[in-house]
Amino acid sequence: MTMPSEWATKTMQSAAFVKPNLRIIPRLDIKGQNLVKGIHLEGLRVLGKPERFARYYYEQGADELLYVDIVASLYGRNNLLAIIERTAREIFIPLTVGGGLRSIEDIRNALRAGADKVAINTAAVRCPGFLREAAQKFGSSTVVLSIEAIKQPSGNYEAYTDNGRERAGLDVFEWAMRGVELGAGEILVTSVDREGTGLGFDLELSRRMAELVPVPVIACGGAATVEHVKQVATIAKVQAVSIASMLHYNLVRQIIPDGKPFGDFETHLLQPATISSKFEETSLAALKRELDAGGVNCRLLSAAEEVLR
Amino acid sequence: MSRARGGPVVIVDYGLGNLYNVLRACEAVGIAAKITSSPDEIGSAPAAILPGVGAFGDAIAVLESNGMADSLRELVNAGKPLFGICLGFQLLMTESCEFGLHQGLNFIPGSVRRFDHPTDDSSALKVPHVGWNRVWRKSATRAGTLLEAIADGENMYFAHSYVVVPADPQAIVSTTRYGDVEFCSSAARGNVFGCQFHPERSGVCGLKMYARFAHQVGQTSDAAIQSLADHASPSPAIPFAR
Repeated sequence: MTMPSEWATKTMQSAAFVKPNLRIIPRLDIKGQNLVKGIHLEGLRVLGKPERFARYYYEQGADELLYVDIVASLYGRNNLLAIIERTAREIFIPLTVGGGLRSIEDIRNALRAGADKVAINTAAVRCPGFLREAAQKFGSSTVVLSIEAIKQPSGNYEAYTDNGRERAGLDVFEWAMRGVELGAGEILVTSVDREGTGLGFDLELSRRMAELVPVPVIACGGAATVEHVKQVATIAKVQAVSIASMLHYNLVRQIIPDGKPFGDFETHLLQPATISSKFEETSLAALKRELDAGGVNCRLLSAAEEVLR
Repeated sequence: MSRARGGPVVIVDYGLGNLYNVLRACEAVGIAAKITSSPDEIGSAPAAILPGVGAFGDAIAVLESNGMADSLRELVNAGKPLFGICLGFQLLMTESCEFGLHQGLNFIPGSVRRFDHPTDDSSALKVPHVGWNRVWRKSATRAGTLLEAIADGENMYFAHSYVVVPADPQAIVSTTRYGDVEFCSSAARGNVFGCQFHPERSGVCGLKMYARFAHQVGQTSDAAIQSLADHASPSPAIPFAR
Protein backbone atom coordinates (compact mmCIF):
# COMPACT_ATOMS: atom_id res chain seq x y z
CA MET A 1 0.00 0.00 0.00
CA THR A 2 1.15 3.55 -0.50
CA MET A 3 2.31 5.49 2.50
CA PRO A 4 1.43 9.15 2.66
CA SER A 5 4.72 10.89 2.97
CA GLU A 6 3.60 13.56 5.38
CA TRP A 7 2.86 11.32 8.36
CA ALA A 8 5.18 9.72 10.83
CA THR A 9 8.03 11.19 8.93
CA LYS A 10 10.43 13.96 9.70
CA THR A 11 8.63 17.19 10.11
CA MET A 12 9.72 20.14 8.04
CA GLN A 13 9.31 22.72 10.77
CA SER A 14 12.46 21.87 12.65
CA ALA A 15 12.39 25.17 14.49
CA ALA A 16 9.43 23.88 16.45
CA PHE A 17 11.28 21.00 18.14
CA VAL A 18 10.15 20.59 21.68
CA LYS A 19 12.40 18.68 24.00
CA PRO A 20 10.60 15.69 25.53
CA ASN A 21 9.33 16.24 29.05
CA LEU A 22 11.52 14.98 31.88
CA ARG A 23 9.47 12.43 33.80
CA ILE A 24 9.42 12.91 37.57
CA ILE A 25 8.68 9.65 39.36
CA PRO A 26 8.22 9.67 43.15
CA ARG A 27 9.70 6.48 44.59
CA LEU A 28 7.90 4.91 47.49
CA ASP A 29 9.79 2.20 49.36
CA ILE A 30 7.39 -0.12 51.09
CA LYS A 31 7.90 -2.35 54.07
CA GLY A 32 4.87 -4.29 55.19
CA GLN A 33 2.02 -1.75 55.19
CA ASN A 34 4.21 1.31 55.39
CA LEU A 35 6.13 3.80 53.35
CA VAL A 36 9.69 3.84 54.66
CA LYS A 37 12.85 5.71 53.82
CA GLY A 38 16.45 4.90 54.56
CA ILE A 39 19.96 5.89 53.59
CA HIS A 40 21.90 3.73 51.14
CA LEU A 41 18.75 1.56 51.12
CA GLU A 42 19.32 0.77 54.82
CA GLY A 43 18.36 2.24 58.23
CA LEU A 44 14.69 2.58 57.52
CA ARG A 45 12.15 4.78 59.19
CA VAL A 46 8.42 4.65 58.79
CA LEU A 47 6.77 7.63 57.08
CA GLY A 48 3.15 6.55 56.73
CA LYS A 49 0.65 4.89 54.44
CA PRO A 50 2.06 4.62 50.92
CA GLU A 51 -1.28 5.01 49.16
CA ARG A 52 -1.84 8.34 50.89
CA PHE A 53 1.50 9.71 49.73
CA ALA A 54 0.78 8.26 46.28
CA ARG A 55 -2.53 10.06 46.03
CA TYR A 56 -0.93 13.32 47.08
CA TYR A 57 1.84 13.00 44.48
CA TYR A 58 -0.72 12.15 41.84
CA GLU A 59 -2.61 15.31 42.66
CA GLN A 60 0.64 17.29 42.56
CA GLY A 61 1.32 16.16 38.98
CA ALA A 62 3.59 13.13 39.34
CA ASP A 63 4.25 11.61 35.91
CA GLU A 64 4.42 8.06 37.24
CA LEU A 65 4.88 6.33 40.57
CA LEU A 66 7.38 3.69 41.63
CA TYR A 67 6.63 1.28 44.46
CA VAL A 68 9.51 -0.83 45.71
CA ASP A 69 8.89 -3.62 48.20
CA ILE A 70 12.18 -3.41 50.01
CA VAL A 71 11.70 -6.47 52.15
CA ALA A 72 10.28 -8.51 49.34
CA SER A 73 9.53 -11.55 51.38
CA LEU A 74 6.99 -14.03 50.13
CA TYR A 75 5.32 -13.65 53.51
CA GLY A 76 4.66 -9.95 52.96
CA ARG A 77 3.55 -10.20 49.37
CA ASN A 78 -0.17 -9.94 50.09
CA ASN A 79 0.39 -6.62 51.84
CA LEU A 80 2.01 -5.24 48.72
CA LEU A 81 -0.73 -6.47 46.41
CA ALA A 82 -3.37 -4.91 48.66
CA ILE A 83 -1.50 -1.60 48.62
CA ILE A 84 -1.22 -1.71 44.81
CA GLU A 85 -4.91 -2.46 44.54
CA ARG A 86 -5.95 0.42 46.79
CA THR A 87 -3.62 2.76 44.91
CA ALA A 88 -4.78 1.71 41.45
CA ARG A 89 -8.36 2.49 42.30
CA GLU A 90 -7.68 6.18 42.68
CA ILE A 91 -4.53 6.88 40.74
CA PHE A 92 -4.66 7.04 36.96
CA ILE A 93 -1.01 7.43 36.07
CA PRO A 94 1.51 4.63 35.41
CA LEU A 95 2.56 2.63 38.44
CA THR A 96 5.76 0.56 38.41
CA VAL A 97 6.21 -2.09 41.07
CA GLY A 98 9.50 -3.69 42.01
CA GLY A 99 11.05 -5.76 44.76
CA GLY A 100 11.22 -9.51 44.89
CA LEU A 101 9.28 -10.34 41.73
CA ARG A 102 10.65 -13.79 40.98
CA SER A 103 8.24 -15.47 38.59
CA ILE A 104 5.86 -14.84 35.73
CA GLU A 105 3.10 -15.50 38.25
CA ASP A 106 4.45 -12.74 40.55
CA ILE A 107 4.39 -10.30 37.62
CA ARG A 108 0.91 -11.36 36.59
CA ASN A 109 -0.33 -10.81 40.16
CA ALA A 110 1.24 -7.36 40.34
CA LEU A 111 -0.31 -6.35 37.01
CA ARG A 112 -3.66 -7.76 38.02
CA ALA A 113 -3.56 -5.75 41.23
CA GLY A 114 -3.00 -2.57 39.22
CA ALA A 115 0.68 -2.20 38.32
CA ASP A 116 1.48 -1.12 34.76
CA LYS A 117 5.15 -2.06 34.77
CA VAL A 118 7.42 -4.19 36.87
CA ALA A 119 11.01 -3.41 37.87
CA ILE A 120 13.18 -6.51 38.02
CA ASN A 121 16.63 -6.78 39.54
CA THR A 122 17.59 -9.90 41.51
CA ALA A 123 15.55 -12.40 39.49
CA ALA A 124 17.08 -11.12 36.26
CA VAL A 125 20.62 -11.31 37.65
CA ARG A 126 20.03 -14.89 38.76
CA CYS A 127 18.36 -15.89 35.52
CA PRO A 128 18.63 -13.44 32.60
CA GLY A 129 16.20 -15.61 30.64
CA PHE A 130 13.49 -14.50 33.08
CA LEU A 131 13.77 -10.98 31.68
CA ARG A 132 13.28 -12.29 28.15
CA GLU A 133 10.32 -14.41 29.18
CA ALA A 134 8.71 -11.47 30.99
CA ALA A 135 9.20 -9.16 27.99
CA GLN A 136 7.75 -11.73 25.60
CA LYS A 137 4.78 -12.39 27.84
CA PHE A 138 3.88 -8.86 28.90
CA GLY A 139 5.63 -6.64 26.35
CA SER A 140 8.89 -4.71 26.66
CA SER A 141 7.05 -1.59 27.77
CA THR A 142 5.98 -3.49 30.89
CA VAL A 143 9.48 -4.58 31.88
CA VAL A 144 11.94 -2.23 33.59
CA LEU A 145 15.41 -3.55 34.39
CA SER A 146 16.37 -2.21 37.80
CA ILE A 147 20.10 -1.92 38.41
CA GLU A 148 21.62 -1.06 41.80
CA ALA A 149 25.05 0.40 41.13
CA ILE A 150 27.99 0.81 43.48
CA LYS A 151 31.16 2.53 42.34
CA GLN A 152 34.25 0.43 43.03
CA PRO A 153 37.64 1.80 44.08
CA SER A 154 38.77 0.95 40.55
CA GLY A 155 36.22 3.43 39.22
CA ASN A 156 34.05 0.73 37.68
CA TYR A 157 30.37 0.53 38.49
CA GLU A 158 29.21 -2.88 39.64
CA ALA A 159 25.67 -4.18 39.84
CA TYR A 160 24.26 -5.32 43.19
CA THR A 161 21.10 -7.05 44.32
CA ASP A 162 19.10 -7.18 47.57
CA ASN A 163 19.16 -3.43 48.26
CA GLY A 164 22.85 -3.09 47.51
CA ARG A 165 23.94 -5.95 49.76
CA GLU A 166 24.88 -8.69 47.31
CA ARG A 167 27.42 -8.33 44.56
CA ALA A 168 26.04 -9.48 41.20
CA GLY A 169 29.45 -9.75 39.59
CA LEU A 170 28.33 -7.66 36.63
CA ASP A 171 29.49 -4.37 35.16
CA VAL A 172 26.38 -2.15 35.21
CA PHE A 173 26.81 -0.93 31.63
CA GLU A 174 27.37 -4.38 30.14
CA TRP A 175 24.44 -5.64 32.19
CA ALA A 176 22.18 -2.83 30.98
CA MET A 177 22.98 -3.56 27.33
CA ARG A 178 22.35 -7.23 27.90
CA GLY A 179 19.05 -6.37 29.57
CA VAL A 180 17.93 -4.30 26.59
CA GLU A 181 18.78 -7.20 24.27
CA LEU A 182 16.71 -9.47 26.49
CA GLY A 183 13.74 -7.13 26.14
CA ALA A 184 13.83 -4.55 28.95
CA GLY A 185 11.95 -1.44 27.82
CA GLU A 186 13.54 0.94 30.34
CA ILE A 187 16.53 1.01 32.67
CA LEU A 188 16.14 2.19 36.26
CA VAL A 189 19.63 2.87 37.59
CA THR A 190 19.97 3.52 41.32
CA SER A 191 23.21 4.80 42.78
CA VAL A 192 23.39 2.99 46.10
CA ASP A 193 26.28 5.30 47.04
CA ARG A 194 24.04 8.36 46.73
CA GLU A 195 20.69 6.86 47.72
CA GLY A 196 19.17 8.71 50.68
CA THR A 197 22.21 10.95 51.12
CA GLY A 198 20.93 14.07 49.40
CA LEU A 199 24.35 14.55 47.78
CA GLY A 200 22.91 14.77 44.27
CA PHE A 201 22.69 12.18 41.51
CA ASP A 202 25.78 10.28 40.38
CA LEU A 203 26.13 12.24 37.15
CA GLU A 204 28.85 10.05 35.68
CA LEU A 205 26.84 6.88 36.18
CA SER A 206 23.64 8.47 34.85
CA ARG A 207 25.31 10.11 31.87
CA ARG A 208 27.17 6.99 30.77
CA MET A 209 24.00 4.93 31.07
CA ALA A 210 21.84 7.43 29.13
CA GLU A 211 24.45 7.68 26.37
CA LEU A 212 24.81 3.93 26.09
CA VAL A 213 21.38 2.33 26.01
CA PRO A 214 18.77 2.99 23.29
CA VAL A 215 15.85 2.84 25.75
CA PRO A 216 14.78 5.42 28.35
CA VAL A 217 16.87 5.73 31.51
CA ILE A 218 15.45 6.59 34.93
CA ALA A 219 18.08 7.96 37.34
CA CYS A 220 17.56 7.30 41.02
CA GLY A 221 19.44 8.16 44.19
CA GLY A 222 20.72 11.38 45.73
CA ALA A 223 18.26 14.14 44.81
CA ALA A 224 17.91 16.86 47.44
CA THR A 225 17.50 20.05 45.42
CA VAL A 226 15.95 21.37 42.22
CA GLU A 227 19.49 21.95 40.98
CA HIS A 228 20.35 18.27 41.39
CA VAL A 229 17.41 17.31 39.18
CA LYS A 230 18.31 19.97 36.67
CA GLN A 231 21.88 18.66 36.49
CA VAL A 232 20.91 15.07 35.86
CA ALA A 233 18.49 16.20 33.13
CA THR A 234 20.87 18.56 31.35
CA ILE A 235 24.30 17.02 31.99
CA ALA A 236 23.46 13.32 32.19
CA LYS A 237 20.48 13.72 29.80
CA VAL A 238 18.36 11.02 31.40
CA GLN A 239 14.70 10.67 30.41
CA ALA A 240 13.33 10.38 33.92
CA VAL A 241 14.26 10.79 37.56
CA SER A 242 13.03 8.90 40.54
CA ILE A 243 12.93 10.89 43.78
CA ALA A 244 12.13 9.83 47.33
CA SER A 245 13.55 11.66 50.38
CA MET A 246 13.30 15.15 48.93
CA LEU A 247 9.58 14.79 48.28
CA HIS A 248 8.69 12.70 51.33
CA TYR A 249 10.51 14.95 53.78
CA ASN A 250 8.88 18.02 52.33
CA LEU A 251 5.53 16.40 52.91
CA VAL A 252 6.45 15.32 56.43
CA ARG A 253 7.63 18.84 57.30
CA GLN A 254 4.24 20.15 56.31
CA ILE A 255 2.34 17.64 58.39
CA ILE A 256 4.15 17.89 61.67
CA PRO A 257 3.44 21.56 62.42
CA ASP A 258 -0.24 20.82 61.89
CA GLY A 259 -0.07 17.95 64.29
CA LYS A 260 -2.31 16.07 61.91
CA PRO A 261 -1.27 12.52 61.23
CA PHE A 262 -0.85 11.43 57.65
CA GLY A 263 -1.77 7.84 58.14
CA ASP A 264 -0.27 6.00 61.09
CA PHE A 265 3.30 6.94 61.40
CA GLU A 266 5.81 7.38 64.10
CA THR A 267 6.11 11.11 64.50
CA HIS A 268 8.84 10.85 67.09
CA LEU A 269 11.14 9.57 64.38
CA LEU A 270 10.26 12.42 62.11
CA GLN A 271 10.68 15.62 64.03
CA PRO A 272 11.89 18.22 61.56
CA ALA A 273 15.20 18.42 63.39
CA THR A 274 15.96 14.85 62.40
CA ILE A 275 15.52 15.60 58.70
CA SER A 276 18.74 16.63 57.10
CA SER A 277 18.79 20.27 56.04
CA LYS A 278 20.31 19.15 52.75
CA PHE A 279 16.82 18.44 51.46
CA GLU A 280 15.28 21.52 49.91
CA GLU A 281 11.73 22.34 50.92
CA THR A 282 10.12 21.83 47.54
CA SER A 283 6.82 20.23 46.72
CA LEU A 284 6.54 18.09 43.61
CA ALA A 285 4.41 20.72 41.87
CA ALA A 286 6.90 23.47 42.71
CA LEU A 287 9.82 21.31 41.60
CA LYS A 288 8.24 20.77 38.19
CA ARG A 289 7.37 24.43 37.78
CA GLU A 290 10.92 25.48 38.66
CA LEU A 291 12.49 22.94 36.32
CA ASP A 292 10.20 23.94 33.47
CA ALA A 293 10.92 27.64 34.00
CA GLY A 294 14.63 26.78 34.09
CA GLY A 295 14.62 25.14 30.67
CA VAL A 296 14.00 21.50 31.63
CA ASN A 297 10.62 20.73 30.10
CA CYS A 298 8.17 19.13 32.50
CA ARG A 299 4.52 18.26 32.19
CA LEU A 300 2.67 20.82 34.26
CA LEU A 301 -0.92 20.31 35.25
CA SER A 302 -3.24 22.08 32.86
CA ALA A 303 -5.09 25.16 33.96
CA ALA A 304 -8.28 23.12 34.14
CA GLU A 305 -6.68 20.58 36.45
CA GLU A 306 -5.14 23.30 38.61
CA VAL A 307 -8.53 24.91 39.10
CA LEU A 308 -9.87 21.64 40.42
CA ARG A 309 -7.23 21.55 43.14
CA MET B 1 -23.63 5.56 17.27
CA SER B 2 -25.96 2.95 18.57
CA ARG B 3 -27.06 3.08 22.16
CA ALA B 4 -26.31 0.36 24.64
CA ARG B 5 -29.04 -2.16 25.10
CA GLY B 6 -27.92 -3.52 28.41
CA GLY B 7 -24.95 -5.76 28.80
CA PRO B 8 -21.50 -4.60 29.73
CA VAL B 9 -18.99 -2.96 27.41
CA VAL B 10 -16.38 -5.62 26.64
CA ILE B 11 -12.66 -5.18 27.14
CA VAL B 12 -11.12 -7.59 24.66
CA ASP B 13 -8.61 -9.92 26.28
CA TYR B 14 -6.23 -11.57 23.84
CA GLY B 15 -3.74 -12.58 26.49
CA LEU B 16 -1.34 -9.66 26.19
CA GLY B 17 -0.85 -6.61 28.30
CA ASN B 18 -2.64 -5.16 31.25
CA LEU B 19 -6.39 -4.86 30.97
CA TYR B 20 -7.11 -4.25 34.62
CA ASN B 21 -6.38 -0.56 34.60
CA VAL B 22 -8.62 -0.14 31.56
CA LEU B 23 -11.33 -1.83 33.61
CA ARG B 24 -10.63 0.47 36.59
CA ALA B 25 -10.86 3.57 34.38
CA CYS B 26 -14.23 2.32 33.09
CA GLU B 27 -15.42 1.76 36.64
CA ALA B 28 -14.19 5.21 37.69
CA VAL B 29 -16.53 6.89 35.18
CA GLY B 30 -19.44 4.52 35.68
CA ILE B 31 -19.08 2.26 32.63
CA ALA B 32 -20.21 -1.30 33.30
CA ALA B 33 -17.40 -3.24 31.66
CA LYS B 34 -16.18 -6.80 31.51
CA ILE B 35 -12.91 -8.36 30.46
CA THR B 36 -13.57 -11.22 28.04
CA SER B 37 -12.09 -13.36 25.30
CA SER B 38 -15.42 -14.88 24.32
CA PRO B 39 -16.30 -14.17 20.67
CA ASP B 40 -19.99 -14.44 21.53
CA GLU B 41 -19.78 -11.83 24.27
CA ILE B 42 -17.80 -9.50 22.02
CA GLY B 43 -20.24 -9.88 19.12
CA SER B 44 -23.27 -9.11 21.27
CA ALA B 45 -21.74 -6.32 23.37
CA PRO B 46 -22.97 -2.73 23.03
CA ALA B 47 -19.38 -1.53 22.51
CA ALA B 48 -15.83 -2.81 22.78
CA ILE B 49 -12.46 -1.60 23.97
CA LEU B 50 -9.38 -3.15 22.36
CA PRO B 51 -6.43 -2.38 24.65
CA GLY B 52 -3.06 -4.01 24.83
CA VAL B 53 0.68 -3.78 24.89
CA GLY B 54 2.99 -6.28 23.27
CA ALA B 55 3.70 -7.54 19.79
CA PHE B 56 1.33 -6.96 16.85
CA GLY B 57 1.88 -10.39 15.30
CA ASP B 58 1.10 -12.31 18.49
CA ALA B 59 -1.98 -10.21 19.14
CA ILE B 60 -3.56 -10.56 15.71
CA ALA B 61 -2.81 -14.30 15.66
CA VAL B 62 -4.80 -14.77 18.88
CA LEU B 63 -7.65 -12.52 17.73
CA GLU B 64 -8.00 -14.32 14.40
CA SER B 65 -7.59 -17.87 15.68
CA ASN B 66 -10.19 -17.80 18.42
CA GLY B 67 -12.86 -15.90 16.50
CA MET B 68 -12.55 -12.61 18.37
CA ALA B 69 -11.52 -10.78 15.18
CA ASP B 70 -14.73 -11.90 13.43
CA SER B 71 -16.78 -10.80 16.42
CA LEU B 72 -15.12 -7.39 16.30
CA ARG B 73 -16.00 -7.13 12.58
CA GLU B 74 -19.57 -8.02 13.45
CA LEU B 75 -19.64 -5.37 16.17
CA VAL B 76 -18.18 -2.69 13.91
CA ASN B 77 -20.52 -3.59 11.04
CA ALA B 78 -23.45 -3.24 13.42
CA GLY B 79 -22.39 0.37 13.99
CA LYS B 80 -21.36 -0.11 17.61
CA PRO B 81 -18.42 1.87 19.04
CA LEU B 82 -14.96 0.30 19.05
CA PHE B 83 -12.19 2.03 21.00
CA GLY B 84 -8.60 0.89 20.37
CA ILE B 85 -5.77 1.84 22.72
CA CYS B 86 -2.00 1.63 22.07
CA LEU B 87 -1.41 -1.78 20.46
CA GLY B 88 -5.20 -2.03 20.19
CA PHE B 89 -5.09 1.15 18.08
CA GLN B 90 -2.39 -0.28 15.84
CA LEU B 91 -4.45 -3.46 15.36
CA LEU B 92 -7.22 -1.37 13.77
CA MET B 93 -4.94 -0.73 10.78
CA THR B 94 -4.53 -2.76 7.59
CA GLU B 95 -1.03 -4.03 8.25
CA SER B 96 2.07 -3.77 10.42
CA CYS B 97 5.72 -4.33 9.69
CA GLU B 98 6.60 -5.18 13.33
CA PHE B 99 8.78 -8.34 13.13
CA GLY B 100 7.60 -9.27 9.62
CA LEU B 101 4.49 -8.18 7.75
CA HIS B 102 1.18 -8.88 9.52
CA GLN B 103 -2.39 -8.18 8.45
CA GLY B 104 -4.42 -6.13 10.90
CA LEU B 105 -8.19 -5.75 11.38
CA ASN B 106 -8.34 -3.12 8.61
CA PHE B 107 -11.03 -0.98 10.24
CA ILE B 108 -8.95 2.10 9.43
CA PRO B 109 -6.92 1.71 6.22
CA GLY B 110 -3.27 2.33 6.95
CA SER B 111 -0.08 0.79 8.21
CA VAL B 112 2.04 0.54 11.33
CA ARG B 113 5.76 1.19 11.18
CA ARG B 114 8.66 1.72 13.51
CA PHE B 115 9.60 5.19 14.70
CA ASP B 116 11.82 6.76 12.07
CA HIS B 117 14.91 7.57 14.21
CA PRO B 118 13.54 10.57 16.03
CA THR B 119 16.17 13.14 16.95
CA ASP B 120 16.39 16.25 19.02
CA ASP B 121 18.39 19.18 17.61
CA SER B 122 21.53 17.34 18.62
CA SER B 123 20.98 13.74 19.66
CA ALA B 124 18.94 10.62 18.93
CA LEU B 125 15.82 10.27 21.04
CA LYS B 126 15.01 7.06 22.87
CA VAL B 127 12.74 4.43 21.37
CA PRO B 128 10.35 3.39 22.89
CA HIS B 129 8.83 6.83 23.27
CA VAL B 130 7.79 6.74 26.92
CA GLY B 131 6.16 9.59 28.76
CA TRP B 132 3.73 12.48 28.55
CA ASN B 133 3.38 14.30 25.28
CA ARG B 134 0.99 16.78 23.74
CA VAL B 135 -1.89 15.72 21.55
CA TRP B 136 -2.78 18.28 18.87
CA ARG B 137 -6.06 18.06 17.02
CA LYS B 138 -5.68 17.72 13.32
CA SER B 139 -8.87 17.35 11.42
CA ALA B 140 -12.53 18.15 11.38
CA THR B 141 -13.21 14.45 11.90
CA ARG B 142 -12.58 14.91 15.62
CA ALA B 143 -16.21 15.96 15.97
CA GLY B 144 -17.96 13.10 17.69
CA THR B 145 -14.71 11.39 18.68
CA LEU B 146 -13.49 10.85 22.21
CA LEU B 147 -10.87 13.54 21.67
CA GLU B 148 -13.61 16.13 21.91
CA ALA B 149 -13.55 15.51 25.64
CA ILE B 150 -10.16 17.16 26.13
CA ALA B 151 -8.61 20.50 25.27
CA ASP B 152 -6.24 20.86 22.34
CA GLY B 153 -2.60 20.21 23.26
CA GLU B 154 -3.20 18.23 26.46
CA ASN B 155 -0.42 15.96 27.70
CA MET B 156 -1.23 12.26 27.55
CA TYR B 157 0.86 9.22 28.46
CA PHE B 158 2.59 7.27 25.67
CA ALA B 159 4.65 4.06 25.64
CA HIS B 160 5.36 2.74 22.13
CA SER B 161 8.00 2.02 19.50
CA TYR B 162 5.70 1.82 16.48
CA VAL B 163 3.43 4.45 14.96
CA VAL B 164 0.25 4.36 12.95
CA VAL B 165 0.17 5.80 9.42
CA PRO B 166 -3.44 6.12 8.18
CA ALA B 167 -3.77 5.94 4.39
CA ASP B 168 -6.32 8.72 4.41
CA PRO B 169 -5.04 11.85 6.18
CA GLN B 170 -8.68 12.69 6.91
CA ALA B 171 -8.75 9.79 9.34
CA ILE B 172 -6.11 11.48 11.50
CA VAL B 173 -7.78 13.09 14.49
CA SER B 174 -4.60 14.25 16.24
CA THR B 175 -0.86 14.28 15.86
CA THR B 176 1.96 14.38 18.37
CA ARG B 177 5.58 15.41 17.99
CA TYR B 178 8.52 13.45 19.24
CA GLY B 179 11.66 15.40 18.39
CA ASP B 180 11.62 15.89 14.63
CA VAL B 181 8.98 13.21 14.00
CA GLU B 182 5.30 14.05 13.83
CA PHE B 183 3.06 11.03 14.15
CA CYS B 184 -0.63 10.19 14.26
CA SER B 185 -1.67 9.96 17.93
CA SER B 186 -5.35 9.24 17.27
CA ALA B 187 -7.51 8.34 14.30
CA ALA B 188 -11.14 7.58 13.56
CA ARG B 189 -13.32 6.10 10.89
CA GLY B 190 -17.06 5.85 11.43
CA ASN B 191 -17.73 4.19 14.76
CA VAL B 192 -14.10 3.16 15.20
CA PHE B 193 -11.72 5.34 17.19
CA GLY B 194 -8.21 4.63 18.40
CA CYS B 195 -5.40 6.43 20.17
CA GLN B 196 -1.73 5.66 20.62
CA PHE B 197 -1.58 7.05 24.15
CA HIS B 198 -3.12 5.46 27.24
CA PRO B 199 -6.13 7.48 28.46
CA GLU B 200 -6.43 5.19 31.52
CA ARG B 201 -2.91 6.33 32.53
CA SER B 202 -3.33 10.00 31.62
CA GLY B 203 -4.89 11.36 34.78
CA VAL B 204 -8.06 13.43 34.76
CA CYS B 205 -7.82 14.22 31.03
CA GLY B 206 -7.74 10.54 30.17
CA LEU B 207 -10.71 9.84 32.40
CA LYS B 208 -12.62 12.56 30.58
CA MET B 209 -12.20 10.51 27.41
CA TYR B 210 -13.59 7.47 29.20
CA ALA B 211 -16.50 9.60 30.43
CA ARG B 212 -17.16 10.61 26.83
CA PHE B 213 -17.06 6.98 25.83
CA ALA B 214 -19.62 6.22 28.56
CA HIS B 215 -21.82 8.87 27.01
CA GLN B 216 -21.34 7.42 23.51
CA VAL B 217 -22.38 3.96 24.61
CA GLY B 218 -25.39 5.34 26.39
CA GLN B 219 -24.26 4.59 29.90
CA THR B 220 -25.15 6.99 32.67
CA SER B 221 -23.04 10.05 32.26
CA ASP B 222 -24.29 11.61 35.51
CA ALA B 223 -22.48 8.97 37.50
CA ALA B 224 -19.43 9.44 35.33
CA ILE B 225 -19.37 13.18 35.82
CA GLN B 226 -19.84 12.86 39.57
CA SER B 227 -17.12 10.28 39.75
CA LEU B 228 -14.80 12.51 37.78
CA ALA B 229 -15.52 15.45 40.06
CA ASP B 230 -14.77 13.30 43.12
CA HIS B 231 -11.65 12.06 41.48
CA ALA B 232 -10.35 15.46 40.50
CA SER B 233 -10.79 17.15 43.84
CA PRO B 234 -8.02 16.83 46.41
CA SER B 235 -8.61 14.20 49.00
CA PRO B 236 -10.06 15.90 52.08
CA ALA B 237 -7.70 14.05 54.39
CA ILE B 238 -4.79 16.14 53.16
CA PRO B 239 -5.08 19.45 54.98
CA PHE B 240 -2.20 21.13 53.25
CA ALA B 241 -3.17 20.48 49.63
CA ARG B 242 -2.93 23.72 47.75
